[in-house]
Amino acid sequence: MIAVKISFLLNGDPVTAEVPDQVTLLEMLREHFELRGAKEGCGYGECGSCTVLVEQEAVNACLMLAAFVNGKSVQTVEGLAGKQCRLDPLQEAFVEHGAVQCGFCTPGMIMSAKALLAENPRPSRDQIRRGMAGNLCRCTGYAKIVEAVAAASKRGCSCGESS
Amino acid sequence: MRRFTYHEPKSIADAVHLLSAYGEKARLIAGGTDLVVEMKQGKKEPDHVISLRSVPGVNEINFSGGYLRLGAMVTHRAIERSPLIRERFTLLADAVDNLGSVQVRNVATVGGNICNGAPSADTAGPLLALDAVLLVEGPEGERNISLNEFFRGPGKTALAANEVLKQIIIPELPPEACSRYLKHTRRKAMDLPLLGVAVTLIPEAGGEICREARIALTLAAPTPIRAIRAEKHVAGKPFYRAVWEEAGVLALEDSSPRTSFRTTAAYRKKMICALLPRAAAEALERSGRTMKG
Repeated sequence: MIAVKISFLLNGDPVTAEVPDQVTLLEMLREHFELRGAKEGCGYGECGSCTVLVEQEAVNACLMLAAFVNGKSVQTVEGLAGKQCRLDPLQEAFVEHGAVQCGFCTPGMIMSAKALLAENPRPSRDQIRRGMAGNLCRCTGYAKIVEAVAAASKRGCSCGESS
Repeated sequence: MRRFTYHEPKSIADAVHLLSAYGEKARLIAGGTDLVVEMKQGKKEPDHVISLRSVPGVNEINFSGGYLRLGAMVTHRAIERSPLIRERFTLLADAVDNLGSVQVRNVATVGGNICNGAPSADTAGPLLALDAVLLVEGPEGERNISLNEFFRGPGKTALAANEVLKQIIIPELPPEACSRYLKHTRRKAMDLPLLGVAVTLIPEAGGEICREARIALTLAAPTPIRAIRAEKHVAGKPFYRAVWEEAGVLALEDSSPRTSFRTTAAYRKKMICALLPRAAAEALERSGRTMKG
Protein backbone atom coordinates (compact mmCIF):
# COMPACT_ATOMS: atom_id res chain seq x y z
CA MET A 1 0.00 0.00 0.00
CA ILE A 2 1.17 3.50 -0.83
CA ALA A 3 1.91 5.46 2.33
CA VAL A 4 3.72 8.63 3.21
CA LYS A 5 5.69 9.01 6.44
CA ILE A 6 5.07 12.30 8.20
CA SER A 7 7.01 13.63 11.18
CA PHE A 8 5.83 16.82 12.82
CA LEU A 9 5.22 18.61 16.12
CA LEU A 10 1.68 17.97 17.33
CA ASN A 11 0.66 20.28 20.16
CA GLY A 12 4.34 20.55 21.07
CA ASP A 13 5.18 16.84 20.96
CA PRO A 14 7.23 15.25 18.16
CA VAL A 15 5.11 12.61 16.42
CA THR A 16 5.31 10.38 13.34
CA ALA A 17 2.52 8.87 11.29
CA GLU A 18 2.32 6.70 8.19
CA VAL A 19 -0.83 7.43 6.23
CA PRO A 20 -1.99 6.88 2.62
CA ASP A 21 -0.80 9.69 0.30
CA GLN A 22 -4.29 11.12 -0.28
CA VAL A 23 -5.16 11.53 3.42
CA THR A 24 -5.92 15.09 4.53
CA LEU A 25 -4.51 16.70 7.65
CA LEU A 26 -8.00 16.59 9.17
CA GLU A 27 -8.38 12.85 8.53
CA MET A 28 -4.95 12.18 10.01
CA LEU A 29 -5.66 14.25 13.13
CA ARG A 30 -9.09 12.72 13.73
CA GLU A 31 -8.45 9.11 12.77
CA HIS A 32 -4.75 8.45 13.30
CA PHE A 33 -4.26 10.67 16.36
CA GLU A 34 -7.87 10.51 17.60
CA LEU A 35 -8.01 14.26 18.09
CA ARG A 36 -11.65 14.96 17.30
CA GLY A 37 -11.83 18.66 18.19
CA ALA A 38 -11.41 19.85 14.61
CA LYS A 39 -14.57 18.91 12.71
CA GLU A 40 -15.44 18.30 9.09
CA GLY A 41 -18.36 20.63 8.33
CA CYS A 42 -18.42 21.29 4.61
CA GLY A 43 -15.18 19.58 3.60
CA TYR A 44 -14.53 22.31 1.02
CA GLY A 45 -12.90 25.15 2.99
CA GLU A 46 -16.07 27.24 3.36
CA CYS A 47 -17.07 26.71 7.01
CA GLY A 48 -13.82 26.71 9.02
CA SER A 49 -14.89 24.08 11.55
CA CYS A 50 -11.71 22.12 10.71
CA THR A 51 -9.43 25.09 11.49
CA VAL A 52 -6.08 24.23 13.12
CA LEU A 53 -2.79 26.12 13.27
CA VAL A 54 0.16 25.10 11.09
CA GLU A 55 3.30 27.07 11.98
CA GLN A 56 1.01 29.38 14.05
CA GLU A 57 -1.18 30.18 11.02
CA ALA A 58 -4.85 29.17 10.73
CA VAL A 59 -5.57 26.69 7.94
CA ASN A 60 -8.47 24.52 6.81
CA ALA A 61 -7.28 21.03 7.78
CA CYS A 62 -9.87 19.50 5.42
CA LEU A 63 -8.14 21.01 2.36
CA MET A 64 -4.54 20.33 3.36
CA LEU A 65 -2.80 17.09 2.48
CA ALA A 66 -1.32 15.48 5.59
CA ALA A 67 2.01 15.33 3.75
CA PHE A 68 2.14 19.14 3.77
CA VAL A 69 2.82 19.27 7.54
CA ASN A 70 5.93 17.09 7.41
CA GLY A 71 8.58 18.92 9.46
CA LYS A 72 6.11 21.57 10.66
CA SER A 73 4.27 22.37 13.89
CA VAL A 74 0.53 21.75 14.20
CA GLN A 75 -1.65 23.02 17.01
CA THR A 76 -5.20 21.82 17.60
CA VAL A 77 -7.81 22.92 20.11
CA GLU A 78 -6.81 19.96 22.30
CA GLY A 79 -3.38 21.54 22.73
CA LEU A 80 -4.68 24.81 24.16
CA ALA A 81 -5.42 23.59 27.67
CA GLY A 82 -1.90 22.19 27.92
CA LYS A 83 -0.63 19.46 30.20
CA GLN A 84 -2.22 21.10 33.25
CA CYS A 85 -5.65 20.85 31.62
CA ARG A 86 -6.38 24.48 32.38
CA LEU A 87 -8.60 26.23 29.83
CA ASP A 88 -6.96 28.84 27.65
CA PRO A 89 -8.29 32.34 28.50
CA LEU A 90 -9.85 32.40 25.04
CA GLN A 91 -11.78 29.24 25.85
CA GLU A 92 -12.82 30.73 29.20
CA ALA A 93 -14.05 33.86 27.43
CA PHE A 94 -16.16 31.73 25.05
CA VAL A 95 -17.76 29.99 28.03
CA GLU A 96 -18.35 33.19 30.02
CA HIS A 97 -19.88 35.08 27.09
CA GLY A 98 -22.18 32.33 25.88
CA ALA A 99 -20.28 32.07 22.61
CA VAL A 100 -20.92 28.31 22.48
CA GLN A 101 -24.30 26.84 21.61
CA CYS A 102 -24.23 23.53 19.76
CA GLY A 103 -20.42 23.68 19.85
CA PHE A 104 -19.70 22.21 16.41
CA CYS A 105 -17.97 25.36 15.11
CA THR A 106 -16.28 26.21 18.43
CA PRO A 107 -12.90 24.46 18.04
CA GLY A 108 -12.45 26.15 14.65
CA MET A 109 -13.62 29.51 16.01
CA ILE A 110 -11.19 29.28 18.92
CA MET A 111 -8.22 28.40 16.68
CA SER A 112 -9.01 31.23 14.24
CA ALA A 113 -9.29 33.63 17.18
CA LYS A 114 -6.00 32.31 18.56
CA ALA A 115 -4.20 33.09 15.29
CA LEU A 116 -5.92 36.47 15.03
CA LEU A 117 -4.91 37.58 18.55
CA ALA A 118 -1.35 36.30 18.10
CA GLU A 119 -0.99 38.62 15.12
CA ASN A 120 -3.12 41.49 16.39
CA PRO A 121 -3.53 41.44 20.19
CA ARG A 122 -6.01 44.36 20.22
CA PRO A 123 -8.28 43.90 17.20
CA SER A 124 -11.27 46.16 16.58
CA ARG A 125 -14.73 44.56 16.25
CA ASP A 126 -14.41 44.93 12.50
CA GLN A 127 -10.98 43.28 12.49
CA ILE A 128 -12.39 40.39 14.56
CA ARG A 129 -15.21 39.93 12.05
CA ARG A 130 -12.81 40.06 9.10
CA GLY A 131 -10.29 37.76 10.78
CA MET A 132 -12.99 35.17 11.51
CA ALA A 133 -14.87 35.48 8.22
CA GLY A 134 -13.81 31.95 7.30
CA ASN A 135 -15.68 30.43 10.26
CA LEU A 136 -19.40 29.87 10.04
CA CYS A 137 -21.71 29.48 13.04
CA ARG A 138 -25.36 28.58 12.53
CA CYS A 139 -26.42 29.06 16.17
CA THR A 140 -25.12 32.19 17.83
CA GLY A 141 -25.54 34.90 15.23
CA TYR A 142 -21.87 35.73 15.89
CA ALA A 143 -22.45 38.60 18.36
CA LYS A 144 -21.44 36.51 21.38
CA ILE A 145 -18.42 35.10 19.57
CA VAL A 146 -17.16 38.58 18.66
CA GLU A 147 -17.77 39.63 22.28
CA ALA A 148 -15.80 36.68 23.60
CA VAL A 149 -12.82 37.35 21.34
CA ALA A 150 -12.88 41.05 22.26
CA ALA A 151 -13.01 40.16 25.97
CA ALA A 152 -10.12 37.72 25.62
CA SER A 153 -8.07 40.37 23.81
CA LYS A 154 -8.63 42.81 26.68
CA ARG A 155 -7.14 40.26 29.06
CA GLY A 156 -4.11 40.09 26.77
CA CYS A 157 -4.28 36.35 26.82
CA SER A 158 -3.21 34.99 23.53
CA CYS A 159 0.47 35.73 23.35
CA GLY A 160 1.81 32.61 25.03
CA GLU A 161 2.05 29.20 23.43
CA SER A 162 -0.02 26.93 25.62
CA SER A 163 0.99 23.62 24.10
CA MET B 1 -10.46 11.22 -2.20
CA ARG B 2 -9.33 8.69 -4.78
CA ARG B 3 -5.91 7.19 -4.14
CA PHE B 4 -2.87 8.89 -5.68
CA THR B 5 0.91 8.93 -5.28
CA TYR B 6 2.35 12.05 -3.72
CA HIS B 7 5.65 13.44 -5.00
CA GLU B 8 7.79 16.19 -3.51
CA PRO B 9 10.61 16.99 -5.98
CA LYS B 10 13.53 19.09 -4.74
CA SER B 11 13.87 21.19 -7.90
CA ILE B 12 11.74 22.59 -10.73
CA ALA B 13 13.73 20.40 -13.16
CA ASP B 14 12.70 17.29 -11.19
CA ALA B 15 9.06 18.46 -11.22
CA VAL B 16 9.24 18.92 -15.01
CA HIS B 17 10.73 15.42 -15.29
CA LEU B 18 7.85 13.93 -13.26
CA LEU B 19 5.27 15.83 -15.33
CA SER B 20 6.88 14.57 -18.53
CA ALA B 21 6.95 10.99 -17.22
CA TYR B 22 3.33 10.85 -15.99
CA GLY B 23 1.70 13.15 -18.53
CA GLU B 24 -2.07 13.50 -18.17
CA LYS B 25 -2.10 11.35 -15.03
CA ALA B 26 -0.17 13.98 -13.04
CA ARG B 27 -1.25 17.28 -11.48
CA LEU B 28 0.85 19.92 -9.80
CA ILE B 29 -0.40 20.97 -6.38
CA ALA B 30 0.43 24.38 -4.90
CA GLY B 31 -1.69 25.38 -1.89
CA GLY B 32 -4.29 22.79 -2.85
CA THR B 33 -7.33 24.92 -1.96
CA ASP B 34 -8.76 24.38 -5.47
CA LEU B 35 -7.25 21.02 -6.43
CA VAL B 36 -8.19 19.21 -3.20
CA VAL B 37 -11.79 20.41 -3.57
CA GLU B 38 -11.86 19.21 -7.19
CA MET B 39 -10.35 15.86 -6.23
CA LYS B 40 -12.92 15.43 -3.44
CA GLN B 41 -15.69 16.21 -5.92
CA GLY B 42 -14.21 13.72 -8.39
CA LYS B 43 -13.77 16.47 -11.02
CA LYS B 44 -10.04 15.75 -11.16
CA GLU B 45 -8.62 12.30 -10.54
CA PRO B 46 -4.84 12.40 -10.93
CA ASP B 47 -2.78 9.28 -10.21
CA HIS B 48 0.20 11.45 -9.31
CA VAL B 49 0.15 14.68 -7.31
CA ILE B 50 3.34 16.73 -7.46
CA SER B 51 4.03 19.40 -4.85
CA LEU B 52 6.60 22.18 -5.24
CA ARG B 53 6.84 22.83 -1.50
CA SER B 54 10.36 21.34 -1.19
CA VAL B 55 11.73 23.42 -4.07
CA PRO B 56 13.95 26.18 -2.61
CA GLY B 57 13.02 29.79 -3.32
CA VAL B 58 9.51 29.28 -4.71
CA ASN B 59 7.91 31.21 -1.85
CA GLU B 60 10.20 34.25 -2.04
CA ILE B 61 9.19 37.83 -2.82
CA ASN B 62 12.09 39.75 -4.33
CA PHE B 63 12.23 43.37 -5.49
CA SER B 64 15.38 44.47 -7.29
CA GLY B 65 16.58 45.89 -10.59
CA GLY B 66 13.20 47.43 -11.37
CA TYR B 67 11.25 44.16 -11.11
CA LEU B 68 9.11 42.55 -8.46
CA ARG B 69 9.52 38.78 -8.61
CA LEU B 70 6.95 36.56 -6.94
CA GLY B 71 7.88 32.90 -6.59
CA ALA B 72 5.10 30.63 -7.86
CA MET B 73 4.33 29.40 -4.32
CA VAL B 74 4.05 32.86 -2.69
CA THR B 75 0.81 32.79 -0.70
CA HIS B 76 -1.94 35.39 -0.83
CA ARG B 77 -1.23 36.01 2.85
CA ALA B 78 2.42 36.87 2.12
CA ILE B 79 1.23 39.44 -0.42
CA GLU B 80 -1.33 40.80 2.05
CA ARG B 81 1.45 41.29 4.62
CA SER B 82 4.02 42.82 2.27
CA PRO B 83 4.32 46.59 2.92
CA LEU B 84 6.24 46.90 -0.37
CA ILE B 85 3.37 45.43 -2.41
CA ARG B 86 0.76 47.49 -0.54
CA GLU B 87 2.71 50.68 -1.24
CA ARG B 88 4.03 50.15 -4.77
CA PHE B 89 1.74 47.53 -6.36
CA THR B 90 -1.39 48.52 -4.45
CA LEU B 91 -4.01 46.85 -6.65
CA LEU B 92 -2.39 43.47 -6.03
CA ALA B 93 -2.92 44.02 -2.29
CA ASP B 94 -6.56 44.94 -3.10
CA ALA B 95 -6.92 41.56 -4.80
CA VAL B 96 -5.83 39.50 -1.81
CA ASP B 97 -7.51 41.58 0.92
CA ASN B 98 -10.85 39.84 0.64
CA LEU B 99 -9.98 36.70 -1.25
CA GLY B 100 -11.43 33.69 0.54
CA SER B 101 -10.73 33.57 4.26
CA VAL B 102 -7.59 33.90 6.38
CA GLN B 103 -7.38 30.11 6.31
CA VAL B 104 -7.48 30.04 2.50
CA ARG B 105 -5.11 33.00 2.07
CA ASN B 106 -2.56 31.32 4.34
CA VAL B 107 -2.13 28.44 1.92
CA ALA B 108 -3.51 29.47 -1.49
CA THR B 109 -0.79 30.70 -3.84
CA VAL B 110 -0.65 33.34 -6.57
CA GLY B 111 0.86 30.80 -8.94
CA GLY B 112 -2.04 28.43 -8.35
CA ASN B 113 -4.56 31.23 -8.77
CA ILE B 114 -3.10 32.08 -12.20
CA CYS B 115 -2.35 28.55 -13.45
CA ASN B 116 -5.87 27.27 -12.73
CA GLY B 117 -7.05 29.64 -15.44
CA ALA B 118 -10.30 30.35 -13.60
CA PRO B 119 -12.24 33.25 -15.20
CA SER B 120 -12.84 34.55 -11.65
CA ALA B 121 -9.21 34.51 -10.42
CA ASP B 122 -8.79 37.55 -8.18
CA THR B 123 -5.10 38.13 -8.87
CA ALA B 124 -5.48 37.82 -12.66
CA GLY B 125 -6.90 41.32 -13.29
CA PRO B 126 -4.33 43.14 -11.14
CA LEU B 127 -1.45 41.15 -12.64
CA LEU B 128 -2.71 41.95 -16.17
CA ALA B 129 -2.92 45.64 -15.24
CA LEU B 130 0.67 45.36 -13.96
CA ASP B 131 1.92 43.91 -17.29
CA ALA B 132 3.13 40.78 -15.52
CA VAL B 133 5.29 38.22 -17.31
CA LEU B 134 5.48 34.57 -16.31
CA LEU B 135 8.79 32.72 -16.14
CA VAL B 136 8.13 29.04 -16.83
CA GLU B 137 10.39 26.02 -17.11
CA GLY B 138 9.88 22.99 -19.32
CA PRO B 139 12.02 20.15 -20.72
CA GLU B 140 13.66 22.54 -23.19
CA GLY B 141 14.54 25.10 -20.51
CA GLU B 142 13.02 28.40 -19.45
CA ARG B 143 10.77 30.79 -21.38
CA ASN B 144 8.78 33.93 -20.65
CA ILE B 145 5.06 34.22 -21.35
CA SER B 146 3.31 37.59 -21.17
CA LEU B 147 0.25 37.26 -18.96
CA ASN B 148 -1.68 38.91 -21.83
CA GLU B 149 -1.02 35.73 -23.86
CA PHE B 150 -1.49 33.28 -21.02
CA PHE B 151 -5.22 32.78 -20.56
CA ARG B 152 -6.73 30.69 -23.36
CA GLY B 153 -10.18 29.79 -22.04
CA PRO B 154 -11.90 28.75 -18.83
CA GLY B 155 -9.38 26.45 -17.11
CA LYS B 156 -7.03 26.69 -20.09
CA THR B 157 -3.66 28.42 -20.18
CA ALA B 158 -0.61 28.66 -22.45
CA LEU B 159 1.32 26.42 -20.05
CA ALA B 160 2.27 23.08 -21.67
CA ALA B 161 1.42 19.92 -19.72
CA ASN B 162 5.05 19.48 -18.72
CA GLU B 163 5.85 23.11 -17.93
CA VAL B 164 6.01 24.60 -14.45
CA LEU B 165 5.49 28.23 -13.48
CA LYS B 166 8.56 29.45 -11.56
CA GLN B 167 8.09 33.16 -11.13
CA ILE B 168 5.71 36.02 -11.81
CA ILE B 169 7.74 39.05 -12.92
CA ILE B 170 6.23 42.50 -12.54
CA PRO B 171 7.90 45.67 -13.83
CA GLU B 172 8.15 48.49 -11.31
CA LEU B 173 5.66 51.34 -11.80
CA PRO B 174 6.81 54.96 -11.96
CA PRO B 175 6.34 56.75 -8.61
CA GLU B 176 3.47 58.88 -9.97
CA ALA B 177 1.41 55.80 -10.91
CA CYS B 178 -1.67 54.78 -8.95
CA SER B 179 -3.94 51.75 -9.09
CA ARG B 180 -7.12 50.12 -7.87
CA TYR B 181 -8.80 46.72 -8.09
CA LEU B 182 -12.53 46.64 -7.45
CA LYS B 183 -14.07 43.27 -6.74
CA HIS B 184 -17.83 43.33 -7.09
CA THR B 185 -19.36 40.73 -4.77
CA ARG B 186 -22.60 39.98 -2.97
CA ARG B 187 -20.85 39.27 0.34
CA LYS B 188 -17.93 41.02 1.98
CA ALA B 189 -16.06 37.76 2.58
CA MET B 190 -15.70 34.25 1.17
CA ASP B 191 -17.15 35.18 -2.20
CA LEU B 192 -16.02 35.07 -5.80
CA PRO B 193 -16.38 38.26 -7.82
CA LEU B 194 -19.39 38.92 -10.05
CA LEU B 195 -17.03 41.24 -11.87
CA GLY B 196 -13.47 42.42 -11.26
CA VAL B 197 -12.08 45.74 -12.53
CA ALA B 198 -8.35 46.47 -12.28
CA VAL B 199 -6.90 49.84 -13.26
CA THR B 200 -3.33 51.15 -13.30
CA LEU B 201 -2.96 54.85 -14.17
CA ILE B 202 0.27 56.58 -15.14
CA PRO B 203 -0.27 60.36 -15.31
CA GLU B 204 1.77 62.90 -17.27
CA ALA B 205 3.98 65.27 -15.28
CA GLY B 206 1.63 67.61 -13.44
CA GLY B 207 -0.85 64.81 -12.91
CA GLU B 208 -3.78 66.27 -14.90
CA ILE B 209 -3.50 64.10 -18.01
CA CYS B 210 -3.52 60.33 -18.29
CA ARG B 211 -0.35 59.22 -20.08
CA GLU B 212 -1.12 55.51 -19.94
CA ALA B 213 -3.88 53.39 -18.47
CA ARG B 214 -3.94 49.64 -18.14
CA ILE B 215 -7.41 48.24 -17.64
CA ALA B 216 -8.15 44.59 -16.94
CA LEU B 217 -11.51 42.92 -16.41
CA THR B 218 -12.36 39.55 -14.88
CA LEU B 219 -15.64 37.74 -15.56
CA ALA B 220 -16.26 40.11 -18.45
CA ALA B 221 -15.22 37.35 -20.89
CA PRO B 222 -14.35 33.63 -20.80
CA THR B 223 -10.87 34.65 -19.60
CA PRO B 224 -9.50 37.67 -17.76
CA ILE B 225 -8.91 40.36 -20.41
CA ARG B 226 -7.32 43.74 -21.06
CA ALA B 227 -9.86 46.35 -22.22
CA ILE B 228 -7.66 47.69 -25.01
CA ARG B 229 -10.26 50.01 -26.59
CA ALA B 230 -10.92 51.63 -23.26
CA GLU B 231 -7.18 52.01 -22.59
CA LYS B 232 -6.64 53.76 -25.95
CA HIS B 233 -9.57 56.07 -25.34
CA VAL B 234 -8.33 57.47 -22.04
CA ALA B 235 -4.66 57.79 -23.01
CA GLY B 236 -3.63 61.43 -23.50
CA LYS B 237 -6.89 62.76 -22.07
CA PRO B 238 -7.51 64.61 -18.80
CA PHE B 239 -8.96 62.74 -15.83
CA TYR B 240 -12.60 63.63 -16.49
CA ARG B 241 -15.50 61.46 -15.41
CA ALA B 242 -17.14 61.77 -18.84
CA VAL B 243 -14.00 60.38 -20.52
CA TRP B 244 -14.06 57.37 -18.20
CA GLU B 245 -17.78 56.84 -18.68
CA GLU B 246 -17.09 56.65 -22.44
CA ALA B 247 -14.26 54.22 -21.64
CA GLY B 248 -16.77 52.07 -19.76
CA VAL B 249 -18.94 51.83 -22.87
CA LEU B 250 -15.87 51.02 -25.01
CA ALA B 251 -14.86 48.34 -22.50
CA LEU B 252 -18.13 46.60 -23.38
CA GLU B 253 -16.80 46.14 -26.91
CA ASP B 254 -13.79 44.33 -25.47
CA SER B 255 -16.07 42.18 -23.33
CA SER B 256 -18.37 39.23 -23.87
CA PRO B 257 -19.83 38.53 -20.42
CA ARG B 258 -21.93 35.47 -19.80
CA THR B 259 -24.98 34.69 -17.77
CA SER B 260 -23.94 32.27 -15.04
CA PHE B 261 -25.63 31.02 -11.89
CA ARG B 262 -24.06 33.99 -10.07
CA THR B 263 -25.53 36.74 -12.23
CA THR B 264 -26.61 37.74 -15.73
CA ALA B 265 -24.63 39.05 -18.69
CA ALA B 266 -26.84 42.17 -18.74
CA TYR B 267 -26.00 42.97 -15.10
CA ARG B 268 -22.29 42.41 -15.71
CA LYS B 269 -22.43 44.86 -18.66
CA LYS B 270 -24.07 47.53 -16.52
CA MET B 271 -21.49 47.00 -13.81
CA ILE B 272 -18.58 47.31 -16.26
CA CYS B 273 -19.90 50.79 -17.17
CA ALA B 274 -20.43 51.69 -13.52
CA LEU B 275 -17.26 50.27 -12.00
CA LEU B 276 -14.61 51.32 -14.52
CA PRO B 277 -15.01 55.08 -13.78
CA ARG B 278 -15.25 54.27 -10.07
CA ALA B 279 -12.04 52.21 -10.09
CA ALA B 280 -10.20 55.01 -11.92
CA ALA B 281 -11.53 57.65 -9.52
CA GLU B 282 -10.49 55.60 -6.49
CA ALA B 283 -7.04 54.99 -7.98
CA LEU B 284 -6.61 58.74 -8.47
CA GLU B 285 -7.75 59.45 -4.91
CA ARG B 286 -4.92 57.26 -3.66
CA SER B 287 -2.43 59.69 -5.15
CA GLY B 288 -4.25 62.70 -3.70
CA ARG B 289 -6.00 63.74 -6.94
CA THR B 290 -9.67 63.73 -7.86
CA MET B 291 -11.55 62.81 -11.00
CA LYS B 292 -13.05 66.01 -12.47
CA GLY B 293 -16.63 66.48 -13.63
